[in-house]
Amino acid sequence: MISNEKILNKYPDPRRENLIPLLQEIQELHGYVSRETIIEIGSHLPLPASKIYGVATFYNQFRFNPPGKYHIQICRGTACHVKGSSNVLDMLQRELKIKAGETTRDGMFSIEVVACLGACGLAPVISVNGEFHADVSSKKLQLILKQLRAKDKGNG
Amino acid sequence: MFNIEVNSNLIEAKPGEYILSTLKRAGIKVPTLCHLEGLIPSGACRMCVVEVEGMHDLIPSCAFPVSDGMKIKTHSARVVKARKTIVELLLSNHPDDCLYCVRNEDCELQKLAKQHGVIERTFAGEKNKYFLDMSSPSIVRDPSKCILCGRCVRVCEETQGVSAIDFIGRGSKTRIGTAFDEGLNISSCINCGQCIMVCPTAALRGQRYIEEVQEALRDPKKHVVIQHAPAVSVTLGETLNCKNGADVSGIMTSALRTLGFDRVFETSFSADLTIMEEASELVQRIKTGGTLPMFTSCSPGWVKFLEQFYPEFIPNLSTCKSPQMMLGAVIKSYYAEIEGIDPDDIYNVSVMPCVAKKFEAGRQELSNNGKPDIDAVLTTRELAMMIETSGIEANSLSPSIADNPFGERSTAGKLFGVSGGVMEAAIRTANFLLTGYELEQSQILEIRGLDGIKETIVQLGDLTLGVAVVSGLNNARKILEQIKKGRNDLHFIEVMSCPGGCIAGGGQPIKTDIELIKSRMKSLYYIDKSEPVRASHDNPYIKKLYDEYLEHPLSHKSHKLLHTSYSEREVLI
Ligand code: SF4
Ligand code: SF4
Ligand code: SF4
Ligand code: FES
Repeated sequence: MISNEKILNKYPDPRRENLIPLLQEIQELHGYVSRETIIEIGSHLPLPASKIYGVATFYNQFRFNPPGKYHIQICRGTACHVKGSSNVLDMLQRELKIKAGETTRDGMFSIEVVACLGACGLAPVISVNGEFHADVSSKKLQLILKQLRAKDKGNG
Repeated sequence: MFNIEVNSNLIEAKPGEYILSTLKRAGIKVPTLCHLEGLIPSGACRMCVVEVEGMHDLIPSCAFPVSDGMKIKTHSARVVKARKTIVELLLSNHPDDCLYCVRNEDCELQKLAKQHGVIERTFAGEKNKYFLDMSSPSIVRDPSKCILCGRCVRVCEETQGVSAIDFIGRGSKTRIGTAFDEGLNISSCINCGQCIMVCPTAALRGQRYIEEVQEALRDPKKHVVIQHAPAVSVTLGETLNCKNGADVSGIMTSALRTLGFDRVFETSFSADLTIMEEASELVQRIKTGGTLPMFTSCSPGWVKFLEQFYPEFIPNLSTCKSPQMMLGAVIKSYYAEIEGIDPDDIYNVSVMPCVAKKFEAGRQELSNNGKPDIDAVLTTRELAMMIETSGIEANSLSPSIADNPFGERSTAGKLFGVSGGVMEAAIRTANFLLTGYELEQSQILEIRGLDGIKETIVQLGDLTLGVAVVSGLNNARKILEQIKKGRNDLHFIEVMSCPGGCIAGGGQPIKTDIELIKSRMKSLYYIDKSEPVRASHDNPYIKKLYDEYLEHPLSHKSHKLLHTSYSEREVLI
């Protein structure tokens, strides 16, 4: 694992306003906030693990599981909401049998809810590993997942 | 001092205090929910709002300071309506469960609903569904009954310095939980139960062992014995309509017999036994250059606290088991032997002021080769419930005394129930062991009372000892940090997890009023003043136990039965 030391040293005080950028940088580095990093942050600041977890769960952006091979971000901004993104999220969760913030057991897929992907013209929009898919409907979603699964099999 | 006007009357206020304190002093009642005396106000629930002239919004009185000339209305139509709405909103996400609830008739939410004339469901929304967390041996968490007042979070952090729990999530999904939302059993929770004591509802409650005990009582093959801890007899009376602090030891003993227990023993007896061992251990550590300061080890929350937060201090912990576990051990060995009963047929119950004792009873380190010495732990609250369900009219019982060989105690053993008591008891006996004389002044006033940290110096013969008495584990943190920084004038430190000691333990009747706690404390001091046998080494049955069985303190047999060792515990802290 890459060392968190550099990031930690940038934030010496146990203040909430420090904790959030710290968590952001850590997540940037590892893709998620692990148990180990919470322990590390806790002894660095110092702050109890329950507090760090509490603050982190207040925001949607933090995840506590390693992202899947295909990390699916789903936009829940206003435009996407109006175009039915909550149905898309429901479908996705049902289809993959995980909730937003979780990763499938085989490590293939993970879901993240984001406030706005900044592509309102494409609503409702999802992004798979950074690649945007516009106008997502139930049918389209199933197709996307099918293609991803097939692609993975093809790769062996 | 200045005046403020409340409901058209002038009352005196002190600069800097919160409106709520001023109102309280003047006898004006304002309902509160998140407020906790002595802790930093959070202003979270807004139950305590009042109308202040010139202010547009209603003001939370618990978190807003008074100012000269302030004009306040505490029960205007607007205020009362706002409070009622808050209650109704809380109820809209609450299970309608009162008839099946341990806090029925003892619940702040219920009381508030009644006080505000709530008679119908105004807001019918979707309710959050949560799982019960039954993972802890001591505490049950029922998040569906939580009203998010945050009292538990603050007590756990500010009083106990543990922070096992906090708010998790946001908005309508906000809940109280541990780091990573895991079971309380694998968290840093030390099982003290102080969160139960401040919870206004049944969202936090003790694990219940009444059914197991009743089953044992019905089993003709079982010899069911029960011990009661020093602090139980001065609180149980509150549930039996007695005066606050009344010592109901005699009635309780009779009630326990009526419930069907074969023998009733006093944990205060084994508190005397603990003192014999612990005072000897202290003297030995001092004489042989052992690890000092020595810490008491009878409060299971404190032991777990040390194991997880300060493992470097484990060698400082006395190796003595707690009085509960010592009595458990001698019941299943010495007692079984003299009575000719197979230890496996003995069902060992204890009544404790504490929920952490339930955790302690299950610890491997404190068992006899894996077999538990204590089979079930009840709290004062559970005993009160058993008495009530059995239809026992306590006032009609005549008092009786506990059974020998573990029914007699010194007043020193009884003092274990209050912060400072273990220390006083230990000093009495350590002095005797060192000098052969009794202390002239056996009561040590400097370590009495409810302060969180008490210190003094005692002279035992030509030995000068620095002693400290601590309760509430955030206070323990302070002392430990001082020692880490090099403080070295202390030889012996008593630590109790609960503020004030077992009289305010997490298994006691749910009331946290400081006057009540004081009356319990005074009752124990009165016992110490008024009875003749005041030192553990003067208890005749303790002498007998050593003569017939244990030989002498710290003997081989004592070590096997009454002592233990601890090791570092890995939890997410
Ligand atoms: S916690 Fe109080 S209001 Fe809720 S079900 Fe229990 S008694 Fe009723
Ligand atoms: S029992 Fe004590 S340590 Fe555990 S959560 Fe409650 S207050 Fe915190
Ligand atoms: S568990 Fe009890 S004390 Fe804690 S926030 Fe909920 S209602 Fe308040
Ligand atoms: S009691 Fe004052 S805001 Fe809760």
